[in-house]
Amino acid sequence: MSLSKDQVQHIALLARLKLDEDEYAESVAKLSKIVDFVDQLSQADTAGVVPMAHPLDAAQRLRPDAVTESDRRDYYQQNATAVADGLYLVPKVIE
Amino acid sequence: MSEPSPALHARSMTELAAGLDAGDFTAVELTEALLARITDLDGQLNALITVTADAALAAAERADVERAGGSPGVLNGLPIIHKDIFCTRGVRTTCGSRMLENFISPYDATVVERLAAAGAVVLGKANMDEFAMGSSNETSYYGPVRNPWNLECTPGGSSGGSSAAVAARFAPAATGTDTGGSIRQPAALTGTVGIKPTYGRVSRYGMIAFASSLDQAGVITRTAEDAARLLGVMAGFDPRDSTSIDEPVPDYVAGIGKSIKGLRVGIVRQHFDAGLDADCATRIREAIAVLESLGATAVEVDLPNLDLSVPTYYVVAPAECSSNLSRFDGVRFGHRAENATDLLDLYCRSRGEGFGDEVKRRIMTGTYVLSAGYYDAYYLKAQQVRHLIADDFKKAFADVDVIAGPTAPSPAFKLGDKVDDPITMYLNDIYTIGANLAGLPGMSVPCGFVDKLPVGLHIVGPHFGEETLLRCAHQYQQQTDWHEAAPEAFR
Repeated sequence: MSLSKDQVQHIALLARLKLDEDEYAESVAKLSKIVDFVDQLSQADTAGVVPMAHPLDAAQRLRPDAVTESDRRDYYQQNATAVADGLYLVPKVIE
Repeated sequence: MSEPSPALHARSMTELAAGLDAGDFTAVELTEALLARITDLDGQLNALITVTADAALAAAERADVERAGGSPGVLNGLPIIHKDIFCTRGVRTTCGSRMLENFISPYDATVVERLAAAGAVVLGKANMDEFAMGSSNETSYYGPVRNPWNLECTPGGSSGGSSAAVAARFAPAATGTDTGGSIRQPAALTGTVGIKPTYGRVSRYGMIAFASSLDQAGVITRTAEDAARLLGVMAGFDPRDSTSIDEPVPDYVAGIGKSIKGLRVGIVRQHFDAGLDADCATRIREAIAVLESLGATAVEVDLPNLDLSVPTYYVVAPAECSSNLSRFDGVRFGHRAENATDLLDLYCRSRGEGFGDEVKRRIMTGTYVLSAGYYDAYYLKAQQVRHLIADDFKKAFADVDVIAGPTAPSPAFKLGDKVDDPITMYLNDIYTIGANLAGLPGMSVPCGFVDKLPVGLHIVGPHFGEETLLRCAHQYQQQTDWHEAAPEAFR
């Protein structure tokens, strides 16, 4: 199955990825190839097969709902480009 | 210090430990020797993204003091390199991406913490495919790594910096991660030993996530004995990883000395089909004959859904990657685009600029297979086929103790050869991906050469079968000397 440029643009937007014009041509071609390749799966007889949830059939472990970590905000924020007063800065959202 | 013989860089970790114990050299002397080697030779390979010389020497000094104090850790003074996917506190952790070019990790991964606590000395951070997505190390933002056996060839990927560094004798061991073969395939292509443990055996805490249901940490060494030594330190329950398995860790080193007499080795009929290079097939059959000469019995088994493992993987892994990599938003850490007009523009441009082509492709593949209208046909279907693949292994392990075959379909290929066709590149992992999908431990062991390039024997075991894999590999290495061969320019 071949993907259209519109489809790839929609996927890129959902994935929050800005692509250049020349990246689109390549993405359409290569993503179409990948989708064709994984389409092989439709041939497999999976009637009644339970989708795998965990390779070892383990259940998700829960932990007590307790605070176990200390406040290290200042240290963590050293990796952010724009912070002020302990807050992360983003472009204005509400006019 | 007079020139030791054999040279320090040529020794295994176990041999280095004996030398430190005997007082033949100090951890500082060992660290200085290997750092000098990296400085001299890594210009040819590009195996390391960051060399942590000062921290390494400080750690080596501490190791020498601890040893003098009489209570050294089990890895006291022993050098190691970390794949740059493991978070290292205070040290740049790039994951091979422009996205994390300036990221200084605020904490240590559990693997890093455990190895450091045992006294290991970290020489630096190894190059890798961007976010571990690749089989040739060519997707790294920091440039491809070259194979020490032939500089025109790939060292494999994604743990290509780790495999090249160990093959070039920059260190006796390097950590790696394996989502579809990223420890075992580079080990095969560089003539080194690589082990990917059972899913959940080693903590994923602080290991930058690619596909969380497949990712597992392991190690690349030159001997199975060194792998056993390191895995014993790395493995074990970690409350900080919710998928970590709470099972006791056996004494892997104690286990490797036992005979493999009576071991049932499964030979997969589908492994020797058209996709496998004929000369590689010969090396694999010879290796199996060696195991038989040690008392193992070869038994034919089937993995009927082998061909579906790569397409299954290329639905499941991208789906999980599209979710995991959504954390890179240009706000809290990582690359941030300049002069964004609004929040959406900030997200889209930060990610568009920060990620390379292959990572974008996988994020988009994953977004597509999870999107409305396609989820059942792709993601759900793949998780069903994944169950079939896991059941095939379960059936096989009813009759055999391990499965042996090729790690990769061919020896190392030339850089640039497969980079334009994602499907050809993906098919390189056909023999290794099944173990990830089923959560099984797998290991690659050097078993000879084709056209002067190394070939790897792949051994897969049932869940928590690491002890058997390591024993099988160690016994094989007692009979063969492929692992002692060194690339000419890196002796």
